[in-house]
Amino acid sequence: MKKSSIARVLVILLFAALLAVPWMVRHFSAPAKTASGPDAHAALARYGFSLKEVSHASGIDFVHQAPTLDPKLDGIMPEVASMGASVSIVDYNRDGWPDIYVTNSAIGSKNHLYRNNHDGTFTDVAEQMGIADVNRPGTGVSMGAVWGDYDNDGYEDLFLIKWGKPELFHNDHGKHFTRVTDQAGFPPWINANTAVWFDYDHDGKLDLFVGGYYPEDVDLWHLRDTRMMPNSFEYANNGGRKYLFHNLGNGHFEEVSAKAGISSRRWALACAAADLSGTGYPDLFVANDYGVSELFINDHGHFHEAGKEAGVGFAPKSGMNVSFGDIFDQGKLSIYVSNISEEDVLIQGNNLWVPEAGPALKYVNMARDLGVELGGWSFGAQFGDFNNDGNLDLYLANGYISLDRHRSYWYDFSKVAGGNSSIIGDAANWPAFNGRSLSGYQQKRLWLNDGDGKFVDVAQAVGATDTYDGRAVALADLWNTGALDIIVANQRGPLLIYKNTVAPGNEWIEFSLEGTRSNRSAIGAQITLYWDGKEQLQQVSGGNGFASQNDRRVHFGLGKNPKIEKAVIHWPSGIVQTLDNLTPDRLYTVKEP
Amino acid sequence: MSQPTAQQSPTQRGAEDKTPLKTGLSVPNFINPFLPPIFITLILLVGNLSFGILESYSKTLLAIATAIGMEMALGRIFLRKWPHPASSYITGISVGILLRSPAFWPYALCSALSITSKYALRFRGRHIWNPSNFGICTMLILASQAVAGLSIQWGNNLASLLVIWVLGSVIVWRAKRFHVTFTYVVCFIALSFLRAHITGDPWQSEISPITGPMYQLFIFFMITDPKTTVRSRLGRCLVAVAIAVLEFFFRLDSSIYAPLYALFWVGPAALLIQMMIDSRRARASLAPAASGAETVQI
Repeated sequence: MKKSSIARVLVILLFAALLAVPWMVRHFSAPAKTASGPDAHAALARYGFSLKEVSHASGIDFVHQAPTLDPKLDGIMPEVASMGASVSIVDYNRDGWPDIYVTNSAIGSKNHLYRNNHDGTFTDVAEQMGIADVNRPGTGVSMGAVWGDYDNDGYEDLFLIKWGKPELFHNDHGKHFTRVTDQAGFPPWINANTAVWFDYDHDGKLDLFVGGYYPEDVDLWHLRDTRMMPNSFEYANNGGRKYLFHNLGNGHFEEVSAKAGISSRRWALACAAADLSGTGYPDLFVANDYGVSELFINDHGHFHEAGKEAGVGFAPKSGMNVSFGDIFDQGKLSIYVSNISEEDVLIQGNNLWVPEAGPALKYVNMARDLGVELGGWSFGAQFGDFNNDGNLDLYLANGYISLDRHRSYWYDFSKVAGGNSSIIGDAANWPAFNGRSLSGYQQKRLWLNDGDGKFVDVAQAVGATDTYDGRAVALADLWNTGALDIIVANQRGPLLIYKNTVAPGNEWIEFSLEGTRSNRSAIGAQITLYWDGKEQLQQVSGGNGFASQNDRRVHFGLGKNPKIEKAVIHWPSGIVQTLDNLTPDRLYTVKEP
Repeated sequence: MSQPTAQQSPTQRGAEDKTPLKTGLSVPNFINPFLPPIFITLILLVGNLSFGILESYSKTLLAIATAIGMEMALGRIFLRKWPHPASSYITGISVGILLRSPAFWPYALCSALSITSKYALRFRGRHIWNPSNFGICTMLILASQAVAGLSIQWGNNLASLLVIWVLGSVIVWRAKRFHVTFTYVVCFIALSFLRAHITGDPWQSEISPITGPMYQLFIFFMITDPKTTVRSRLGRCLVAVAIAVLEFFFRLDSSIYAPLYALFWVGPAALLIQMMIDSRRARASLAPAASGAETVQI
């Protein structure tokens, strides 16, 4: 055979081999996923836990109602009214049992506060407590809620995030809530989807960050015109402004964002605060829709945006979640930001920002390496040790708009999303939905951390089988059993409570903190637990994930027969407290010394 | 399928294409072989520094390195010389711009497929697919779980749009390919209104794609690729019309990457038709002589 013929055959073989690579990649490196359906006994045996959806059995039959906005938006109403389902955990009456607050988003609809009855059931007490009827005409509707004891009286107060008038309710010793918005001095209207309580200046009083989504001069029920959409799918800078409300201590708040160095018109969807830079002051991470994430480093009460330098603010995506987790048990927080992934259309991939070693604050995205990159149209996510094996797992809610299963809006979405700002920015230019779905009916993800650098999706096997349009996820040990339960708020769908049963053997420990010099909620306090040669860092949160807040109590899984060395608490005040002689399977209540 | 040759006959390459670049996203070369790579690199750098258009520099560099490496290796084997790197550089950079994936391997694979297609898929000594169009379409079809095409980038604002349109127009004008771009754009706009009429969607939504970066690259640097377009001016216009018409139907079928797929089918078909016509003409021009010889014999 001539040399040229041999070469020709070789190049054809090479070409065929290259064509086969995508199939091989799909076949051999598919995300680790369990194939089996839910079987509680099998899940307990294999994964060490199982979930059972018990909302109805617990007396909760809440179904979220989406907002109906200005009729000018009718054609794309499913898209513009696609948020508002939220859930936050609070022990509002200090009885030692977590309660649940959920928001509703139709004008005239009621929010619900489900009081924990200690017997596996809940009772809605929002009406009698005065925090149900908060979606009245002319005031906008609820998008989320975060709880924090802003006046340090020992009871968690409620900040209501709205597309509309933001509201602050004072908790009157667990007996009732009093609306104190006007006294607080908040602006008349913010179209926000995210807020977080944190003490940014360490004065012992909780401050509040609120991230605007739509511009604050837009009344979504009475539009001047339809030019209220983002001016870019990836570089939008015409969103709502950001607010930093400094707590003055007398029920008044002063808006200090410009003074403190926070200025942005990106479309914020999620935020969370933690001391990431090691200064002792809480930094602020904001996940933005239609753009890059922002990391505001807190330099003793003054912020500067360092997203690009830190590596998290380079590639624009559709950020919808911020949650922190020490996934490698190394005493360092990684950050999970959810985005959009739709096969054949848009593969943004979720980000798992893992801190790099070294003095500079730098992150590297390890979502692909660890197997938590692709989660559909992802929304809220939370880290928690669901099987108490000592490794933080990850639950992800997803699914955007589930309408007609067989007709998709993706083509029309991509048609407009890639266009010029004058086209994308005007809702009138968007084709009508006409009942089509957009990344709907998606399976949730529950990634189990194997402790060896891989996450395996076990959602279907352990019982997280719903396909609602998931938005907010909150974690709490609802029944004080030492197991983290999962509470999911779904857009236009039911509130789900996945009760967690953990197989015997793995142990746990929980901490309930109360500040004295620090804010009384202890928000921002970081606990590092040392056991069996591991260390795991967790913190008390004033709001995280997407439109959610976990229980303030901190839960650690310990694995089998753990030997706990100590727990070290870094209080926001700067006090460092070490706890020795800790015993597993207990809840410790700790007061700041 | 035949072996690539270093020199091609006038019937194999357009008479107007003096120094065509064998690329996918190709800038016709009219002054200097380094100018197109420099121009497209500038677009990339300005876009990335202004808007961060790339997933990362490293992925684009991987695409470029793979393309150049493959071209060098295959060129050495088949052409027995080191090919000029400008062509493969542009193929690599086009992959880096047009492909979107959070993973690294699709960039390397797409570049490798693009370059290899030039050597493996040949007809009468000529590669008939626009390399990066072939590579990207193949990836979109075979690796849809891992990649997407460029549909949203570059700030979506008027300034960047005007810069690209003006510079692109100047380049294709100087390269005598403006008629291709113009014909396609006119057809696209006309068919957009027809689609809007048929679907009932706002006409702005039908026009919208052509204001995006994928189309800017497509109309200036892909459908004008001299290596994979037909020779005559009228023929090129007809090909542009055919691409727009096939895209029209793909769009009615809600195909997101309609223009890329339309070029994928129309481009090779047009070249094959031209080759067929050329072949007939060649036979026809030889026929009288043969006939005359036969007459002499008789």
